[in-house]
Amino acid sequence: MSRLLGVIAVLLALTGGAHAVSDPAEMLANPVLEHRAEAVGGQLRCLVCQNESVEGSNADLAKDLRRIIRQRIAAGDSDRQVIAWMVARYGDFIRLSPPFDAMTLLLWGAPMIAVAIGVGVVMLARRRRFVPLAPLTEAERERLDALLDL
Amino acid sequence: MIPELGHFGLALAVSLAAAQAVLPLLGAHRGDARLMATAPALALGQLIALATSFGCLVWSGVTDDFSVSNVARYSSSLEPLFYKITGTWGNHEGSILLWCLILALCGGVVAAFGRDLPSALRARVIGVLGFTSSGFLLFALTVSNPFTRVWPPPIQGESINPLLQDPGLAMHPPILYAGYVGFAIPFAFAVAALLEGRVDAAWGRWVRPWTLAAWCLLTCGIALGSWWSYYVLGWGGYWFWDPVENASLLPWLTGTALLHSAIVVEKREALKIWTVLLAIGTFSLSLSGTFLVRSGLLNSVHTFASDPTRGVFILALLAIVIGGSLLLFALRAPVLSPAGLFAPVSREGAIVLNNILLCSITAVVLTGTMYPPMAELLFGAKLSVGPPYFHDTVLPLAAPLFAAMTLGPILPWKRADLGAALLKLWWAALVAALVGIAVGFGVRQAFAALGFTAATWIILGAAAQLVERVRLFRLPWRASRERLGGQPLAVWGGAVAHAGLGVTIAGIAGMALASTSVVAVAPGQTVVLGGYEWTLLGLHDAPGPDYASRQADLRVTRDGRQIALMHPARHNFTTQQQTISDAAIVTNGMRDLYAVLGDERDGQVVLRLYVNLMAPWIWLGALVMAVGGALSLADRRLRVGAPSRRRAPRAIVPAE
Amino acid sequence: MDALTRRRLLMLGPLAIAAGAGGAGAALLLRMHEGRYDPHALPSMLVGKKLPAFSLPGQPPSPGFSAADVTAQGRPGVVNFFASWCVPCVEEAPTLAALKSAGVALWGIAYKDKPDATTRFLDRFGDPYVRVARDEQGTVGIDFGLYGVPESYLVDASGIVRWRWAGGLSADIVRDDLLPKIRALA
Repeated sequence: MSRLLGVIAVLLALTGGAHAVSDPAEMLANPVLEHRAEAVGGQLRCLVCQNESVEGSNADLAKDLRRIIRQRIAAGDSDRQVIAWMVARYGDFIRLSPPFDAMTLLLWGAPMIAVAIGVGVVMLARRRRFVPLAPLTEAERERLDALLDL
Repeated sequence: MIPELGHFGLALAVSLAAAQAVLPLLGAHRGDARLMATAPALALGQLIALATSFGCLVWSGVTDDFSVSNVARYSSSLEPLFYKITGTWGNHEGSILLWCLILALCGGVVAAFGRDLPSALRARVIGVLGFTSSGFLLFALTVSNPFTRVWPPPIQGESINPLLQDPGLAMHPPILYAGYVGFAIPFAFAVAALLEGRVDAAWGRWVRPWTLAAWCLLTCGIALGSWWSYYVLGWGGYWFWDPVENASLLPWLTGTALLHSAIVVEKREALKIWTVLLAIGTFSLSLSGTFLVRSGLLNSVHTFASDPTRGVFILALLAIVIGGSLLLFALRAPVLSPAGLFAPVSREGAIVLNNILLCSITAVVLTGTMYPPMAELLFGAKLSVGPPYFHDTVLPLAAPLFAAMTLGPILPWKRADLGAALLKLWWAALVAALVGIAVGFGVRQAFAALGFTAATWIILGAAAQLVERVRLFRLPWRASRERLGGQPLAVWGGAVAHAGLGVTIAGIAGMALASTSVVAVAPGQTVVLGGYEWTLLGLHDAPGPDYASRQADLRVTRDGRQIALMHPARHNFTTQQQTISDAAIVTNGMRDLYAVLGDERDGQVVLRLYVNLMAPWIWLGALVMAVGGALSLADRRLRVGAPSRRRAPRAIVPAE
Repeated sequence: MDALTRRRLLMLGPLAIAAGAGGAGAALLLRMHEGRYDPHALPSMLVGKKLPAFSLPGQPPSPGFSAADVTAQGRPGVVNFFASWCVPCVEEAPTLAALKSAGVALWGIAYKDKPDATTRFLDRFGDPYVRVARDEQGTVGIDFGLYGVPESYLVDASGIVRWRWAGGLSADIVRDDLLPKIRALA
């Protein structure tokens, strides 16, 4: 039991993520800052690789970017400021999670739009069964009463 | 000689496929029994011709025939025999030929096992398969021919990409393609039904086994791909939301929806239009996936050498196949007569919800994958969409799906009482909540806690299905046990498949708790990670057949007891000047020990160490899902497709 | 609109979506063929903005230079990032030499390179630059938004970047894109 707790304690300290940080000398001494740096790196695209994050790539440019991320975090920038710094130089393309603006409305709205369309189509398809009839005319109503013997 | 034979086989297959497309469809249209009867023969003929062709290509690779340009570009005499064979499909032309072979196999399989289908339906199905085949074979023969020659032949081939020299390579593409292409059969069934103008319960029953088979194979194919990237790429990731991975996920999602929808068509003759559309859509997504990978339009890890001319041909092919079938759908579907009515809360209703959620997830993944090129086309903006987007959008849709999928099988058909059904699951909900709370307080990670809750809920819910059916605790033990034995395999299949998904979710949740460490150590030093002690014993050279290699010996102990001896290595492939990391993985089913060798410097070497909790469960779960599918497939009721011919009632002679 | 017509319209939906997607795919393929679409290329964020401030040491025997130096003479210049380990840089060397003879001011920055390797490169393939500086850490390159070498930036007389080319400059690109722009700036 105590060993399980010990394992869990270690797990608490080191939560996983994708890294290819190939040199432990790159890492910041302060584990909290290092963790933040890794999180920021995980949100940025490695520009010279195919679909990898800056944190997860072995490329030279990725190493440089990782170094700069750590420098800026150590200098006191917030996560958002570091990302803005990168976007100022490389554009929105470097973000793995696209920004939320007018151009990406369809992108971020996709889940809700999709469900809405799905539910809408289903409701439309069901409604056709229950086409409301036109109300009865006077003559028809009298015929109905006569038939029902009222 | 052999390549010529292969080339000829390919050309022959084109003509046979064309005949296969025209004659049976004509026969079904005219009601001409003789023309319809040509279908199986033509399908089998095409299969034989193409199998021979493929065999010749493999033979050229095995015998190092470098006059064949495909072999010269992608093979080498230094490779082990295994990779000469399996490397046949590791490049564009070879993989297209494999695709065509499997498509031909589909036709052959329908010809062989579809004997009890009504002849018109079978003729149409084979005809549609022939039509699709002829398109792809024409592509293979003209623009993408693996049998082109190079003269004079080079002395040595350029060899396969080192990343692909791996046993996983042997299994991933054929199984994946079998899944992708396997959905051509439900597609053909859907188009055949639209041509006939009739979708009925019998059609639902006939379509199911083929859908199940393709689904099982696709599940295995995707899981193999994920597992392969886990142990090849060297940083423990298993899914990157890369466009090509998404391209394989999309047909899987709609294929799962199709599977469930077809049940409703069979049992209740409802959801016909959904099911037909899903069948067309799933194969369309498979085809579109091919287009995206081979056209070079997307930024991806997996793209083959891209070529816009190929892209144009495939796009035209897609326009004809997908556009044609959707046009047919628009024309014919509105007059398909709906039959069974059902209340919103019922098993049919649950399957409709299932369809909506799965199709929404499909739409979201499709939007995310296609957004970068579309945004550039329409707005001139350059953006990229990566894993964070998909996590933020897919998980909120998947959560209600996971919650509802336990409820669905418990609800009766036509009309159900939600409260009563939920009550039946009280114990599953309780245990799931307890697990969630325990994990949440233990590791303080919301993702893992929710994941384990969902996994427990789904697995116990699957068990609840069976519990309900045998009326456990409401009948005496023996009666329940007898009922359990008497359950049809399809029920077991469904429960096992659902449980399999739960296992995979548990694996993913566990991986979120993985611990990792990057260290620079000298031989003799020890690192502590995840409760284990990792000691670097030494480094040495270890050459292979076509590479030079540097290998480390790593001993892992726990409480003084040796757990494993690991040998992570780095291979340097001289021909292609590429260095590949060979991660060492040791698993005990509940966790993976994962070690990667990095650079060496000043007598120290960089090691990346991971303790991946519950990683094996991710792929184990996929295997369980496939087993569930196979169990369903084995159910006799599914395979005895056609209604038995009832003998004409004997004339009753009144007693005189 | 009666129920059947509404159904028919609904059923046309999937075809419409597929047709739209197909059209977009065709448009993208066409653009790729024309060279106007490249999923791997990145447009430069600097175009239309001032040169980032920098000051780099020189590659001996050249003195170093700063952003101000590039525009100090009041005429446009081309900042070119290169490296001795970069193959396309070798290929673009003749083009750069031709640019120099045409009177264009070239400012070279050796990106992440060793001094003696750069010297050897310049001795072997020629030195077309007004000055050569060294960006050993690559930090200035990142300020430029560099993602590979070689890259060339056309800077006008007031210090605003007007054009960027990622990759080796070929005679065609110089003739069709770069020289016209330089003339327009004069």
